[in-house]
Amino acid sequence: MLYLLIIGFIASFSAAFIYKPFKNYFGWIAASFPLFMFLSFISRYQQVANGEIIKEYYEWIPSLGINLTFILDGLSLTFVLIITLIGVVVFLYAGAYMKDYEHTDRFFVYIGIFMTSMLGLVISDNMITLFVFWELTSISSFMLIGFNHHKESSRKSALQALLVTGSGGLALLAGFIFLYLITGSFEISSLYDKHSEIIKSGFYSSAVILILLGAFTKSAQFPFHFWLPNAMEAPTPVSAYLHSATMVKAGIYLIARLNHALGGTELWQGTILIFGTITMLIAAALAIKQTDLKRLLAYSTLSVLGTLTLLIGIGSQLAIKAFFIYLVAHSLYKGTLFLVAGTLDHSTGTRDVHNLGGLKKIMPVTMATALLASSSMMGIIPLIGFIGKETVYSAILEIEYWGIFLIIIAVISNALIVMVTILVGLKPFFGKLTSTPVAPHEAHIKMLFGPAILAILGLLMGIFPNAIIGKLLEQSTISILTEELGIKIKLWHGFNLVLLLSFITLGLGILFYVLRNKFFSTIQNVRMIKILKPSEWYEYLLIFLMWFAKLQTRILQNGYLRNYIIFILITAIGLASLSLIKAITTLNINFIPDITFYEIAILSMMVGATFVVITSDSRLKSIVAIGVVGFTMGIIFIIYSAPDLALTTFAIETLTVILFVLVLYKLPKYLQFSNVIVKLRDVIISAAVGIFMSTVVLYVTSLSMQSDLKTYFAEKSLPEGKGRNIVNVILVDFRAIDTLGEITVLAIAAIGVYALLKLKLDDKGE
Amino acid sequence: MFSIILSTASKYLLPLLLIFSFFLLLRGHNEPGGGFVGGLVAAAAYALYFIANGVYEAEKLFKAEPIKIISIGLTFALISVVPSIVSGQTFMKGFWLDTNIPVIGKIGTPLLFDLGVYFVVLGIALKIIFSLAEEEK
Repeated sequence: MLYLLIIGFIASFSAAFIYKPFKNYFGWIAASFPLFMFLSFISRYQQVANGEIIKEYYEWIPSLGINLTFILDGLSLTFVLIITLIGVVVFLYAGAYMKDYEHTDRFFVYIGIFMTSMLGLVISDNMITLFVFWELTSISSFMLIGFNHHKESSRKSALQALLVTGSGGLALLAGFIFLYLITGSFEISSLYDKHSEIIKSGFYSSAVILILLGAFTKSAQFPFHFWLPNAMEAPTPVSAYLHSATMVKAGIYLIARLNHALGGTELWQGTILIFGTITMLIAAALAIKQTDLKRLLAYSTLSVLGTLTLLIGIGSQLAIKAFFIYLVAHSLYKGTLFLVAGTLDHSTGTRDVHNLGGLKKIMPVTMATALLASSSMMGIIPLIGFIGKETVYSAILEIEYWGIFLIIIAVISNALIVMVTILVGLKPFFGKLTSTPVAPHEAHIKMLFGPAILAILGLLMGIFPNAIIGKLLEQSTISILTEELGIKIKLWHGFNLVLLLSFITLGLGILFYVLRNKFFSTIQNVRMIKILKPSEWYEYLLIFLMWFAKLQTRILQNGYLRNYIIFILITAIGLASLSLIKAITTLNINFIPDITFYEIAILSMMVGATFVVITSDSRLKSIVAIGVVGFTMGIIFIIYSAPDLALTTFAIETLTVILFVLVLYKLPKYLQFSNVIVKLRDVIISAAVGIFMSTVVLYVTSLSMQSDLKTYFAEKSLPEGKGRNIVNVILVDFRAIDTLGEITVLAIAAIGVYALLKLKLDDKGE
Repeated sequence: MFSIILSTASKYLLPLLLIFSFFLLLRGHNEPGGGFVGGLVAAAAYALYFIANGVYEAEKLFKAEPIKIISIGLTFALISVVPSIVSGQTFMKGFWLDTNIPVIGKIGTPLLFDLGVYFVVLGIALKIIFSLAEEEK
C-alpha cells in the first residue's frame, strides 16, 4: 500500500506539468487517477470480506516506535472506497467545472495530494503516521479553501479552517503521546488487548479529551462547527469532496477506529454522545436562516456529522450498524447534491435558492440526479438513505430513559434536513422559472455523468443493501466493536414505530419548509447574541493572540541591544542559579596561594583595564581597554600552556578591535544617558553575573573530574586522526560534525550581518 | 588619514601574512594552528591593508565577493564528508592518502575540511569588515 501512496503523490505533482497540454479533456485523465486507486484497493475486497486484515510494515524511526505501518480492514476499506469512488466523480466533474478558473493545474495538484493523504490517513496503523497524513489533509484543505486567493473572504476562511483543525491536530498529537506513554506503542492495532490497561491509567482522561479535541475540530463538531460553512468559499468540487464526503469524516473515522481501545467508559461514550447530539440539533437549526445552496448543504452536513458522532456515542451494535449505513448513504447523496449545487451555480450564475426555480425543462438530467439524491437525503423508500434513517431511529430508540428525548431531537433535526433538501434539491427545478444572472443551460456531460452515477448507486444500494455493502458492514463492525454483528441489512422492516417516525419526519420537514417561507423575513432578522457564538470566540481569541504577540514583541524585541543583553543574562542566571544552588552541597575552596609574579602582573593589568572600560568617557578608550583585557586573557592561556587558544584569542581580539572601531564611526556622539538608578541596576546585574560565574567555576573545579576523554584523545589522536595537535584533530576529525555546524551558523550570521547593514529602514517605527 | 609608511609596509606585509596564515593552516594538524586561526590571520592581513589603503583598494585587491568565499568554504567542508558517506563508513570519518608530500604533509579529507573552515572564517570576517567600512562612505 505504501507504493500506492507514493504513486499518488507523484501523480498529484505531475498534474502541474500535464494539465496545460491536455486542458480540454483533463477531467478524464484526472479521473483515471482515483479510478486506479479504487481498482487497486477493490482488488483486496475479497480478502477483507473474508475477515482478513491486511498489514504492511516499513521501518521509519523504529527506535521511537514510529513506523510506516498500514492496515486494511473493513473500516479502512470502507473509507478507502468512499474516498476513491467519490474521487473519480469529483475529479471528472472538476475537469469541466474548473476549466475557466486560473491556475487549474494547481487545483489538481492540491486535490490529488489531499486524496492521497486522506487514503494514507485511513490506512495508517501507526498513530504518528496517521497524524502526518492528518495534518497533510488540513494543509491541502487550507490550499483548496483559499484557492480563490484574490478574495479576502477566501483567505480568511482558509486560515480559520487551518487554525481550527491545526490546533486540534496538535491536541491530537499530544493525545497520541499520552496513549504511547500508557501502552508503549504507537500501533493502533496493538491497543486491542490493552483496553483495560488504558482505561485504568491516570493519563486516560487527558488522552481522551485531547484526542476528542482533534476529532471534533476536524469533523466540525460543536463548538468548532463554524469553520465548515465558511469553508464553502472553496470551489464546489472541493466542498463536495473534502467538506462533505471525506475530510470532515476523518475525525469520526478516528473516533470509530479508537473506539475499541478507549471506549466503554462514561467519559468517552458520554462526551461523544452529548457533543454529537448538540451538533446535530444546532446545525440543523442554523440551516433555517441560510439562503446559499452550499451553505444550506454545509449545515445539513454538520448535522449529519453530529448524528454519526452520536451513534458511536451510543455504541450498541445497532448504533454501529446505523453509523456505517448512514456514513455510506451520506457520502453518496451529499456529494451528489453538492455537485448539483455546483452545476446550478455554473449554469445560472447564482447560488441563492430564492433566485432559482422552474429549471426542470432546461436541466432534465440534473433534475433527475437531484431528485434521486434528495430522496435518499430525505429518507424515502427504496433508497439507501431510507435504510440509514430507519436504523438511526431504531438505534436511538434502544436507549433506555434518555432515548425518548434523543428521538425527539433526532426527528426535529432530520425534519430540518428534509426542509433543506426541499430547498436545495427540489425548489430550483419546480415552480415558476425565475430569471438568473446567466441564461440557464444543461451542463456538460462531464458534470452530469459523475453525480448521476453516485445517485444511481444510492438507489441500487437501497434495493440490494446486503449484496453491495453487507460484507463491509460486517468487517467494519469488527474493526469498531471487535465483535461480530450477525444482523443483516434489510430495506423493509414492516410497519412499525420507526416507519411511523420516518413519516412524521417527512411531514414535519414539509411543514418546516412552509413555515420558513412564510416567516422568512422575521427569521432573517433574528440575530444571535454575539458572545454566545463560537465563531465570535474564535475572533476574540485571534484578536487576543495578535495583541499578545505585539505586546511581547514590544517588551522583548524592543530594538535596544542593551535590553536584549539584560534579558538574556537575567534569564540565564535566574534559571541556572536555581539548579546550581540545589547542586552545591559542599563547596571546597582549595585556595592555594601559589601565585607567580607573572600571574599577579597580568591579573592587575586585567583589572586595571576593566576599570578603564567602565570609567572612561570616550568610546575609543573603552575599546582599547577591552582589547587589553582580551590580550591579557591570551597571555594567561599561554602561561597555562594552551597555545592554540592563545593564538585564536589574539587573532580574534585584533579583529574585534578593528570591527569596534569601524562601528564607532557610525555611532552618535558619546553622551551620558544613564542616571543613578540605571547605573545601580547595571551594577547589580553585572555583579550577579560575576558572582554566578565565579560560583560555577569554583563548583566545577571542586568536583573531582574523572574523565577518560583526555587520555582517549591523547592516545588516538596520532594513530586515528593522523595528527599530533589534539585540539585540531578534535576540531576537524573527532568532532568534525560540530565544526561543520558551527561554520554553517557563522556563514548564516555573516549573511544576517550583511542584511542588517544593508537594510534601509525607510518606515521607522514599524 | 593616509600614512605612506603604513601603506607601503602593508603591501609587503600582506603576502607575508597570507603565507603565514596558510602555514598556520597546514601545520595545524601537528602543531598549534589550524583553519580557524589561519582564516582569522588572513582576514587580519586584509584588514591591515584596508586600514592603510582604504576599503576600495582592499576590495579591488581581494577581487572575489566574500560571500562566494564563504560558499566555497562550506562546499569544501561538505565535499570532505562525501567519501565517508559513499564508502558507508561512520559519518565524517577521515580518509588519508599516505603520500608524504614535503611541506604539505599528509593529504586527507580532514585537511580539505580545515581548508573549508579557513575560507569560511576568512569570508565572514571580510564580509563584515567590508560592509561596515563601505557604509561609512
